Amino acid sequence: MTKSSSKINPYSAVGILAAQSLGEPGTQMTMRTFHYAGVAEHVPTGLPRLIEIVDAKKVPKKPIVEIKLKKKHSTKEKDAAKLASEMESVLLPETAIIQENLAKGKIMIKLRKEEAKLLGVKMDMVKESVKKTIGANKLEARGDTLSIKLKAEKEKPLKDLRKITTKLQKALVKGVSGIKRAVVIKNKGEYFIRASGSNIKDIIKMENVEPSQVYTNNIIEIEKTFGIEAARNAIVREMHNVMELQGLAVDIRHILLLADAMTADGKVKPIGRHGLSGEKAGVMGRAAFEETIKHLVHASITAEDDHLTGVTENIIVGQTIPIGTGRIKLGMKAAKPKKKAKSKPKK
Amino acid sequence: MERVIIMAGKMKSPAKPKASSTKVQKAKKTEKKSNTAVYLNGNLMGFHPDGSSIAARMREKRRTNELNYETNIFHNSRTNELFINTDRGRVRKPYVVVEEGKSRLTPEILEKVRSGALSWEHLVKMGVIEYLDAEEEENSLIALNEEDITPDHTHFEVLPSTIFGVTASVLPYPEHNSAPRITMACSMAKQSLGLYAVNFNHRFDTRSYIMYYPQEPLVSTDLYKTLQLKKKAAGQNFVVAITAYEGYNMGDGTVVSRSAIDRGLGRAMMLKTYETEERLYPGGQKDKIEVPTPDVVGYRGEESYRFLDEDGIVYPESRVGGKDVIVGKTSPPRFLEEISVFGVVEEKKRESSLSLKSGEKGIIDSVMVTEAPSGNRLVKIKVRSPKIPEVGDKFASRHGQKGVIGLMLKQEDMPFTSDGISPDLILNPHAIPSRMTAGHLLETLGGKAAAVGGMLRDGTPFSGDTEDDYAELLKKNGFDEHGEEWLYDGITGKKIKVKLFIGPVYYQRLHHLVSNKMHVRSRGPVQMLTLQPTEGRAREGGLRFGEMERDCLIGYGASMVVRERLLEESDKTIQLVCNNCGMFAYHDYVKNKDVCPLCGTEDISPIEMSYAFKLLLGEIRSLFVFPRIVLRDKA
Repeated sequence: MTKSSSKINPYSAVGILAAQSLGEPGTQMTMRTFHYAGVAEHVPTGLPRLIEIVDAKKVPKKPIVEIKLKKKHSTKEKDAAKLASEMESVLLPETAIIQENLAKGKIMIKLRKEEAKLLGVKMDMVKESVKKTIGANKLEARGDTLSIKLKAEKEKPLKDLRKITTKLQKALVKGVSGIKRAVVIKNKGEYFIRASGSNIKDIIKMENVEPSQVYTNNIIEIEKTFGIEAARNAIVREMHNVMELQGLAVDIRHILLLADAMTADGKVKPIGRHGLSGEKAGVMGRAAFEETIKHLVHASITAEDDHLTGVTENIIVGQTIPIGTGRIKLGMKAAKPKKKAKSKPKK
Repeated sequence: MERVIIMAGKMKSPAKPKASSTKVQKAKKTEKKSNTAVYLNGNLMGFHPDGSSIAARMREKRRTNELNYETNIFHNSRTNELFINTDRGRVRKPYVVVEEGKSRLTPEILEKVRSGALSWEHLVKMGVIEYLDAEEEENSLIALNEEDITPDHTHFEVLPSTIFGVTASVLPYPEHNSAPRITMACSMAKQSLGLYAVNFNHRFDTRSYIMYYPQEPLVSTDLYKTLQLKKKAAGQNFVVAITAYEGYNMGDGTVVSRSAIDRGLGRAMMLKTYETEERLYPGGQKDKIEVPTPDVVGYRGEESYRFLDEDGIVYPESRVGGKDVIVGKTSPPRFLEEISVFGVVEEKKRESSLSLKSGEKGIIDSVMVTEAPSGNRLVKIKVRSPKIPEVGDKFASRHGQKGVIGLMLKQEDMPFTSDGISPDLILNPHAIPSRMTAGHLLETLGGKAAAVGGMLRDGTPFSGDTEDDYAELLKKNGFDEHGEEWLYDGITGKKIKVKLFIGPVYYQRLHHLVSNKMHVRSRGPVQMLTLQPTEGRAREGGLRFGEMERDCLIGYGASMVVRERLLEESDKTIQLVCNNCGMFAYHDYVKNKDVCPLCGTEDISPIEMSYAFKLLLGEIRSLFVFPRIVLRDKA
């Protein structure tokens, strides 16, 4: 196929073609889901995942990160395992008992020795984490216990105490926040890590992680960390994966178009009412889709014009739609006024 | 034949537990959880420490006739409740009682039954047979055959084929078919045409079908005989050959012999009743059944009334069709007219005749003039339309094998055997393997054996005649034991290279007839409000060109076709629009000018648009919002 023969005809309805080409296989998709080895029992694939991507969900149902190690470490299982265990987040309540002493205005944190040993948590790590989360309050370490005394005792001690305890419940002692479980997986002699939950920003900073080889299925996070072009690529990749996993062949260019449409104005926006379709130019086009009354009322109040640029609008009004054959116009160049009788007619 | 009995019910409970062995304590406020709640006909009677033993003892008393045999006991061990039912409305079915792995119906008892010394009622009294209702069945383990009995079983079936319901019991060899096909066969049997009532000539059903020459099936079942369904047969024995035929029987199509149809195969008629009433209106006015005169408002022309007798009703046996009037009727005007100076003017009448639906035709079968419940004169007219099988009509065997006629072939073109038999119907072999309807094939064999042996055959589930019976009989009579025969192509006369499986199968004609469904439209009526085409066959409507269809045309870029479907062939209208203010204008016929009602200018253009859009703007205006149409010359 030559380049020119693979070009689409001018004024083709590429959007509809893409929608149909993606939508029709969507009807055949099985609700059967495939499993990622190890992590997280049930990562959505198939139709639910497709909907997730198209709706530009802030956080996917089951976020997953894949992390590759730096070249020299990538073949060593030990290094990978170490990294994985470093990554798994441990929250304070998992390793310590938090007790409030309301009478004395104190909070006692007692290390749970067995759990701490298992998770590789030491007392100073706990201390560090507590310091980080609650700041400049008085800390006093004594053996396995840590006591916190409030700085200003006169100020509503009870309320503040509670606030601090709730903060402590979520205090990160170890690992990367948001990462729940990390598993080492071997692939062609190389080890990589797959973890549930995603926090690319912090993972990239970790030692031994190859920052250019970190991938997450959280598209919005990719947008935030790497920018809109990366997000576009992520959409394409995720969509393509879903289709491929189901054994459905969809031309990549349809997906490219979809990803482009979703990312065209610099931020990832969903298809549908809150995104693409909701931002159509014509009032009637929007009213024909969803929330008819809302759009008509708004248009009435603001005296909105509809310039009849879209397909739907023109169908409503009863005009030829500006697509395909309806877009082609035959024009005639008016003959220039004859200056001299000699001048030849053009063409 | 055993019976399934629906309880007439004993209003007074015969089973009130009184016996000391089954003492039930009255309900206390606090009750031990381990105690079984005992219900009689749904009412809580009290509690008993051991539910299962009381159930067992009561059943024993029923079997020894101490308790009425209509009593049923159900112990729910999960919720620890005991239900004793003696009331009406329970469907019950008899079973042979099994105790400790042994049937109570011993050979000695059986011998006495054979000799006539014992009757069914005796067996019930003796506790050999007992009736279970749906609830007690949950406490039982029922074996299908006596040989299957294990120590766990409590009953076994009197007759294995009674596990089927009425509809399924009539199907031959269901045990050789896949379950979904049986379901389909059952639902299709209900759609078959036959002789639904012998007094059909005197009945005025709104719609009914009668088959001209229904036959008794060559292969039937015990229940078919018991129900005497041959008196109301709904089908005919078709000679069926299984082979592909030039693609005319692809995808559940069938090739049917034209000559067989001409001889009456599958022939039926549709009887349809039309009715009209002389209604009474407030003010003492009344409809009148008569031949309308030309001065009646809405007179349909002399032609329409040509079948009417003097009394305004058609005469029987006239061949009516189209929109012919079958009862002439006039009604008083809808609104009262003014009374002129010279007294009461003769009231104008409105035409309200009853006519045949468009597209239908038939012969007036019978006319009935009677009185409606309201006391008005009521006319019922039964129209008979012969329905000769045609391409597109639906047929089905009793194995869920349905198909429509794809081709009607004259007998001389049909394949034939060396005996000169040509099939009535050619079934495509692809209809068999994936559907696993072996019963269909077995019926073919059975039908052939019946025809060859001159004897009806039994296809009762689990106990019918076997393949071996048929093979033997066929062989004995010089036929292929597998039912296969050499056939010759009717057109070329050449022998078909393979033997074909051929034999009679009972086929039903289903009441999905093309003549009642066929529908086309190129132009026709439109809706009053939207000016768009009407919907549905009854209204001569169009077929909706929907959203997804529209999307396909857009995707193809065929803008002009979209426009044609959605505008030109739908609700296109030309409206006058003011160039100045964008309001709809009107044409003043007195001054012969276009005028804008809003700004009064005469700068107006005729604009082509969809009527639905015009309506939309009208509705928006009704909300005190002014939508302007801004016009521009086409670039």
